[in-house]
Amino acid sequence: MFAPNLAMSPSSEPAPHQTDSSAEIQDIVLTFHDVSKSFVSGHRVIHALTRVSFTVRRGTVTGIIGPDGAGKTTLMRLAATLLRPDQGHISVLGMDTQREAAAIYGQIGYMPQRFGLYEDLTVQENLDLYADLHGLDHDHRSARYRQLMVMTGLEPFTRRLAGQLSGGMKQKLGLACSLLGTPPLLLLDEPTVGVDPLSRRELWTIVDRLVREEGTSVVLTTSYIEEAERCPDVLILHEGTILGRAHPSTFKREIEGRVYQIHSSAVHKRLIHATLTDRPEVVDAMVQGESVRLVLRDPHPETLAAIVPAIPQLSIAPVPPRLEDWFIVKLRQQASQPAVRSQLKPLTASQTSLSPAPRAPVIQVRHAQRRFGDFYAVHDVSFDVLSGEIFGLLGPNGAGKSTTFRMLCGLLPPSGGHLTVAGVDLRRARSAARQRIGYMSQKFSLYRDLSVRENLRFFSSAYGLRGDRRRERNNWALDQFGLRPFADAVSGELPLGYKQRLALACALMHEPDILFLDEPTSGVDPLARREFWHRILELAGRGVTIMVTTHVLEEAEYCDRIAIMAHGRLLTLGTPDEIKRRARTVECPTPSLEDAFVYLIHTERRQAVVS
Amino acid sequence: MSQSRPRRVHRFPSNNTWMRLRGLMRKEALQIVRDPSSIAIAFLIPVLLLLLFGYGISLDAEHVPVGLVVEQPTHLTAEFTASFFHSRYFLPISFDSMTAAEEALREHRVNAIVRLREPFGKQISAGAVAPVQVIVNGSDANTARLIIGYVEGATARWLERLVREGRTRPLPIAIEPRIWFNAEVRSRNFLVPGLVAVIMTLIGALLTALVMAREWERGTMEALMTTPVTANDILLGKIIPYFFLGTGGMVLSVVMAIGLFDVPFRGSFWVLALAGGIFLSVALGMGLLISVLAKNQFVAAQAAIIVTFLPAFLLSGFLFDIGSMPPLIQGITYIFAARYFVEILQSAFLAGTIWPLFIPNLIALLIMAGLFLGLCRFIFRKRLE
Repeated sequence: MFAPNLAMSPSSEPAPHQTDSSAEIQDIVLTFHDVSKSFVSGHRVIHALTRVSFTVRRGTVTGIIGPDGAGKTTLMRLAATLLRPDQGHISVLGMDTQREAAAIYGQIGYMPQRFGLYEDLTVQENLDLYADLHGLDHDHRSARYRQLMVMTGLEPFTRRLAGQLSGGMKQKLGLACSLLGTPPLLLLDEPTVGVDPLSRRELWTIVDRLVREEGTSVVLTTSYIEEAERCPDVLILHEGTILGRAHPSTFKREIEGRVYQIHSSAVHKRLIHATLTDRPEVVDAMVQGESVRLVLRDPHPETLAAIVPAIPQLSIAPVPPRLEDWFIVKLRQQASQPAVRSQLKPLTASQTSLSPAPRAPVIQVRHAQRRFGDFYAVHDVSFDVLSGEIFGLLGPNGAGKSTTFRMLCGLLPPSGGHLTVAGVDLRRARSAARQRIGYMSQKFSLYRDLSVRENLRFFSSAYGLRGDRRRERNNWALDQFGLRPFADAVSGELPLGYKQRLALACALMHEPDILFLDEPTSGVDPLARREFWHRILELAGRGVTIMVTTHVLEEAEYCDRIAIMAHGRLLTLGTPDEIKRRARTVECPTPSLEDAFVYLIHTERRQAVVS
Repeated sequence: MSQSRPRRVHRFPSNNTWMRLRGLMRKEALQIVRDPSSIAIAFLIPVLLLLLFGYGISLDAEHVPVGLVVEQPTHLTAEFTASFFHSRYFLPISFDSMTAAEEALREHRVNAIVRLREPFGKQISAGAVAPVQVIVNGSDANTARLIIGYVEGATARWLERLVREGRTRPLPIAIEPRIWFNAEVRSRNFLVPGLVAVIMTLIGALLTALVMAREWERGTMEALMTTPVTANDILLGKIIPYFFLGTGGMVLSVVMAIGLFDVPFRGSFWVLALAGGIFLSVALGMGLLISVLAKNQFVAAQAAIIVTFLPAFLLSGFLFDIGSMPPLIQGITYIFAARYFVEILQSAFLAGTIWPLFIPNLIALLIMAGLFLGLCRFIFRKRLE
């Protein structure tokens, strides 16, 4: 079985574990050699992994990064012996996953995407179950339990049902369960998805400690590219193949001198973004707080001068590159997805006014309250959102932002306070308000069995469009979003980026004044995210008000203003840059938005404990 | 605060199987107790079904509205119709004309018409054949047959009396029916025992398929599979708790049948327990097999209802007599385990221990149990594919 496989791939490098010295073999915990895996889904064959080879060394954290659909989960399941490779072979801790699977089970800790917890069992009962399954003898249990509960901070909650834990706590319990057997190799499949930035950091602290103190080797996957910067070893996966494998700094060095931050106090950031984003010299442009971040095709400062003409009070500063910049550069080189932005109408200066005239508030929230029994999910929250503004609502899981969001969409009646959307009082005329708003969620509330055209037709009729008007809007959606080639494709089988486009098109069918975005881009690849926000910036330029809630702080950078909520209350409100300034400390003089978020939530929790 | 690398915990493979199994079973028990839908399927639905079939649904026709048309009333016809008025099976309504009676039949005010033609009395007295016309609404075939039977019975009894009193010539043959096993002809007596099979199918197949599919859906199966548990552990960890639950369902049904509905029990409890255990194994095997193939609660529920629950209801002989089904359908009933079990149940309750009848049925159930459980073990792998 083994030899013919090797003979079939004479062109590829010889298997690493065959050439390495025996000392190094001892040091390798995971080997993929020329592994392919495909699935049949409907009419399509999905090549989840194509001829992937790599090795993972003992005692490090290896991050496997890639957008949804890159093959991350397939890779993890193959490593956990849950899937059989179509081609190639995999060895875990020196054991073959096909022939020696039974021996591997006791040696690995594996946490699947939804943590693998029994929600109707308590924290302690989940631990007991997994301890039994791992055959942990009773003398060692209590010590291990205590150690893990202290590490995860779950000690006060052992009697609580797992289903009643917050997302971050579930994730930590899942981790604790997979660590019960003290496995030398830990496999974590998207441990941080859908979890707020604070909980994500706490998880990383635990992972670092495991590597340091228990000598565990950790392989984890994530679609948050910025997270990979914490791994000393990064493997970038895209469409089933490895794009690159190195230390993050190696990737970043490749594009050094090509990344700049541009700011002008006279010209609105969106106008700068709009002018620069279509230039052939520019690989990537994104709004970051008050500035625009730019990645150039070539590392020549002259090109920059050539493309940024005559903007008054301009400041250009080179900034250190990030891993995501490298990823974008690499993806653009491959250019498997043609951009559709050329079809968008260019903006005029008046549309993105330089110093916006005082605009009317479109959303008004005054002392909003929402109770569930005795529990205040939202407690005395007030803010305004102006027309054409991009407003972000952030907060850890359970902070009340989804509840606020649902009240504003007219899906949940408030228990108290005053909420108006587009001049309509939500306590009186919720359905009237719904006519003025569009809603899009990351879960893409599309009918998966319907074609693109059928989805568009359904949503336009649901919003009451008829006859010519409906036909016109359907054509608009197909053209504007580049969906015409896929018009008759079943939407469930579209690539994620196209599903997202379709979802946005459906939400915009009735030309709403206000657009609500609920985690609109988590999991999609960075190019699709850029494209999405490009459209959103343009909509905002036309006066559409955008309200967004997200855990992806890169998305928050696009916002004009951000509100951070915690425990049902408004913690802070301001522009992204103002919020960053508020979190400035001696240890962290230039905090990122994520640093600021974590700092502010931490401070609030400490104060809550004191008072 | 941990210092150096923790020591690896020693493992004792022989004890561990028991430890793993106990862990899985304890988890299952906690889930059953905490999940209201498990409780509903395991206890609430069985009790409802028992009450419904014990009290509500009866296949006996009682107080059936019947139209009577007597074209020329005499004392003889009055005696004849009186037997209808005194019967608890009928609710007679007299009509003056056939047209009125036919209209009533069409409007469902009566289910049948009994018509005595003009020369009825004369012909009886003369010892000639006096035709009685009976028109029955045949849309419900079952009730129609019952009505015809009752009318014939009522006529026969009436004639018998005439003969006894010497008012007409004796009949050449007189049938004296004796009903065995269910002397009162209470449909409850054979419905409730058959219901035991339906209830055990509900717990064994439907509930098991659902809880197993839930593990696939929620991703817990994925987590289980990467621990040292074996495929046997996982399957036994489901089979044992639900076997107990199913046995509980059987005991509940039997106790309610005997205690509440006064269904006679003439067989042996040991034989019943044996047959119940084997049937439960078949149901569990089917439930697990469905969930191994479906891996999704919605599909698993649909499949379990269609291939286990509905056949147990319709094709087992519990509600409809297999002997009166068309040959093709009769053939189909042989592939459903419930058929064999219902036969055992009905005779264990009403007739007693009849080994020549039990043994072939038990063998059929044993074969099916072995087949489904074996197939399940064969297909179930610790893989996601």
